[in-house]
Amino acid sequence: MKVGVVTFPGTLDDRDAARAATHAGTTAVSLWHNDADLKGVDAVILPGGFSYGDYLRCGAISRFAPVMEKIIDAANGGMPLLGICNGFQVLCEAHLLPGALTRNHELHFLCRDQKLEITNNQTAWTSSYKVGQEIVIPLKNGEGSFQCDDATLAALEGEGRIVARYVGENPNGSRNKIAGITNERGNVVGLMPHPEHAIDPLTGPTADGLAFFTSVLNAMVK
Amino acid sequence: MAKIVVDVMLKPEILDPQGVAVSAALPRLGFTFAKSVRQGKRFEIEIDGEPTPAQLAEVEKAAEKLLANPVIETFTVRVEK
Amino acid sequence: MALDTVAIAQANPDTTQPFAELGLKGDEYARIKEILGRRPTSSELAMYSVMWSEHCSYKSSKVHLKQFGEKAVKTDALLVGIGENAGVVDVGQGYAVTFKIESHNHPSFIEPYQGAATGIGGIVRDILTMGARPIAVMDPLRFGPADAADTRRVLPGIIAGVGGYGNCLGLPNIGGEVVFDETYIGNPLVNALCVGVMKHSDIKLAKAAGAGNLVVLYGAKTGGDGIGGVSVLASETFDATGPAKRPAVQVGDPFVEKVLIECSLEIFSEDLVVGIQDLGGAGLSCATSELASGGSGGMKVELDRVPLRDATLSPEEILMSESQERMCAIVEPKNIDRFLEICKKWDVTVTVIGEVTDGERLEITWHGELIVDVPPRTVAHEGPVYNRPLAKPEYVDRVNAEKISVPRPETAAQIKETVLKLAATPNLADKSWVTSQYDRYVQGNTIQSQPDDSGMVRIDEKTNLGVAIATDANANWSYLNPYEGAKLALAEAARNIATAGAKPLAVTNCLNFGSPEDPGVMWQFAESVRGLADGCLEMGLPVTGGNVSFYNQTGAVAILPTPVIGVLGVIDDVRTRTPMSFDRAGLELYLLGDTADDLAGSEWAYMHGQRGGKAPIADLQREMRLIDLLVVGRTSQIFTAAHDLSQGGLSATLTEMVLRHNIGAVIDIENVGTTLISESPGRVVVAVTPEKAAALKNLANKQQITITKIGTTGGTSLIINGADISLTELRKAHTETFSKLFG
Repeated sequence: MKVGVVTFPGTLDDRDAARAATHAGTTAVSLWHNDADLKGVDAVILPGGFSYGDYLRCGAISRFAPVMEKIIDAANGGMPLLGICNGFQVLCEAHLLPGALTRNHELHFLCRDQKLEITNNQTAWTSSYKVGQEIVIPLKNGEGSFQCDDATLAALEGEGRIVARYVGENPNGSRNKIAGITNERGNVVGLMPHPEHAIDPLTGPTADGLAFFTSVLNAMVK
Repeated sequence: MAKIVVDVMLKPEILDPQGVAVSAALPRLGFTFAKSVRQGKRFEIEIDGEPTPAQLAEVEKAAEKLLANPVIETFTVRVEK
Repeated sequence: MALDTVAIAQANPDTTQPFAELGLKGDEYARIKEILGRRPTSSELAMYSVMWSEHCSYKSSKVHLKQFGEKAVKTDALLVGIGENAGVVDVGQGYAVTFKIESHNHPSFIEPYQGAATGIGGIVRDILTMGARPIAVMDPLRFGPADAADTRRVLPGIIAGVGGYGNCLGLPNIGGEVVFDETYIGNPLVNALCVGVMKHSDIKLAKAAGAGNLVVLYGAKTGGDGIGGVSVLASETFDATGPAKRPAVQVGDPFVEKVLIECSLEIFSEDLVVGIQDLGGAGLSCATSELASGGSGGMKVELDRVPLRDATLSPEEILMSESQERMCAIVEPKNIDRFLEICKKWDVTVTVIGEVTDGERLEITWHGELIVDVPPRTVAHEGPVYNRPLAKPEYVDRVNAEKISVPRPETAAQIKETVLKLAATPNLADKSWVTSQYDRYVQGNTIQSQPDDSGMVRIDEKTNLGVAIATDANANWSYLNPYEGAKLALAEAARNIATAGAKPLAVTNCLNFGSPEDPGVMWQFAESVRGLADGCLEMGLPVTGGNVSFYNQTGAVAILPTPVIGVLGVIDDVRTRTPMSFDRAGLELYLLGDTADDLAGSEWAYMHGQRGGKAPIADLQREMRLIDLLVVGRTSQIFTAAHDLSQGGLSATLTEMVLRHNIGAVIDIENVGTTLISESPGRVVVAVTPEKAAALKNLANKQQITITKIGTTGGTSLIINGADISLTELRKAHTETFSKLFG
């Protein structure tokens, strides 16, 4: 299975996402922001970082990249798509996911080993987890506060589209401690914390994050 | 030559931690006038000549699509003399 | 203002020039005229004034720093030594590692965020320019008292700047220091370290060779950043209606630098440059004169081709600008098209601004007029060399004779109170408030970071080869005895590498001192350099490069001498490293090393207002035996954990160990009133399983290191000689300090 990992100018965690995809048994394929070419991949990851320096708003400029047109089409056709941190921000700016990510409520960049609860294992990226499973993966960002209007929140909760929630103190002010969400179809997932940094206890707090990358092996692509 | 100004603010229901931080800092410096503070962004766009209604409509579209994120922000467009 | 050209300078020898305002002495100005055979143009004057400044020329420190070369141990591991942008060492398996530490003290006092941010940006470019991919940063920081108003002004901005720039570059912050002391009020120290890795064949040097090769400027456009005093050359500034005064602070954009890094590495991978230099202090003046000086000696530059952010800049200002995120490469004509193509791919501004020539002059023109015509070596490498007067200050003997009188923890209540006080004091308290603002995970190779003894990064995913780095300084000891203080800091940094089981390999240093015009400060400097050079020779560690920061003082009061020593080490397999602390009960705890009554310069003495006494005398032979013990112990897998002792002595070390994984310990020590708080160097606490105890004792005996059993791990308290300190209470004391101070 081929998983595309997109690099925008300023993307930082692309090599880590590729490493995670490889560890999971998939083949990582590098995708350049300026090439409208998905190179036949079966799934795509938008990794973390500071694409375009977070100019204007996080992800606001990346969403218009040539590669994004192809990604949006493919996602609308059911291709699994995972946005991590900055990638989540791009997905929201591109309206593939509702809501938006804003400044952490305490204003500081925050890097910590964060406990999460997986609340939906029906998505392309969480099928290898159990519902209610608690995992610890790194959270590291300055703009991770998930915000949306009340109607959107009701829909997300009512339809079970929250994929992961922060356990314990809310680290950034996200509504309902939302750490990750999915679209109606379950193929597009946005996640603020970084599973690619928790694939090996040698370099991360746990190996709890690897299952995001193995889940996609189970996903059926239309 | 004219200047079109687009002011972007977070929607009132969205938490604005920067505004909160500013309003907490003001009294520490002896300024007690503020009941609340919200922080936004201002874009200054220079164009040749005087803006036509068509151009202003274009600016509105650009604001909607790029300068602001309508999910969490509102904006106003005006011409500055 | 009319352009001041070489022709005009030749025709008008008696024009008054503001050399004093630019920081040049009368005799230096005279020397420039002698070198050129005429008065300098205003552009040349600007170049010499900046390049001959203390910061760029090291004129007060050169005579002392040459000891690093003279006393250098002969080693094949040193691939590039002092003199280049950064030193490079061989770490095995074909890899070369480059690392360096630099200061950005004064700008951080003025504009904390940007000062710290551009400090990181600058050191990262120094590493990049050697041909390496930067892989980590560290930030040793020093501030005034934690509760001082000015500390509250500068600290949050500096931390945010270090994090803001480093995080955006995608560089993990793997360690640093946060130290508070009255001495730094008004003079915070922001030292930044960067480490990079490459293959031996990738090493790049700053030399312009090959007549006809092109001089290429790429990166950010040039603006008025950091011009400072040079604006005195533009007469507009004397005019009240003229343009606004140029900003003296440099402003950085980490996104531009991230793109610059990726663009440069792609260029390097295709071997497209003959030489390269980053633009740091003194901007283009420095880059052009150093590249020319390092190469065949000749270069021609058309200054008007430099892409500008601000079209009103004068040529003098362009030459002096310290706009960030710029590099200067020497490229063979056959490679320029590909070079330009790569820059286009990354959307990086790139301009050919000149070429290498056959001659021995650096010639710079402005719209066809010659405004600079100098021998580049005289600008870059043959600046003034001062032999500043030194005099041992009167305080040394007086303060050394002082007797320390501090309360000694003898009873259980006193022991508990002492441990809690030390745990909560700002210098020893938990620093998560700071370090959680730094990304330690990016690049996925961080094995150790704060609060471990050293930062450790894996450099090969297949073989698990890794490097470890630690920085240390002890200004209290350097104040009491600068010669020993430098040796002790060197030993501490090396020991911090060794506790994880890595072998120390090379040294960098950032020497922060007061004014070199003060003979007492100069004596402290000379003694520190002598101590460091002697120490490095004895320990077999080459100094690869470093930085000197003088003039850290307010009025006539200098900071305590603060030489920060960085040591880099290698570990063949990061998976086998010894962790800092224990994660289970039932282990035996041993103290390695000898404890004497070393309270002088200690944190406990400082907390009781006592700064006098005699610093310990470094025993580097014993330190080396201890280091060997730790490295061998790791390869034989004897240790479950190892943690070094430094500020706060045994109390701080035990506090940090029990809180790391929330496993308590029961400790029994003799002479607790001294042993708990003394800061004798050369000591480590290790944890071993009972099965390994015999092997540990054998190893200690073989290495002639004193070994004392001090206790066992387990429980929910730290119990010392019966004093029961619950982990809950200890954690509260340790972790509340920073949030109480800084919110």
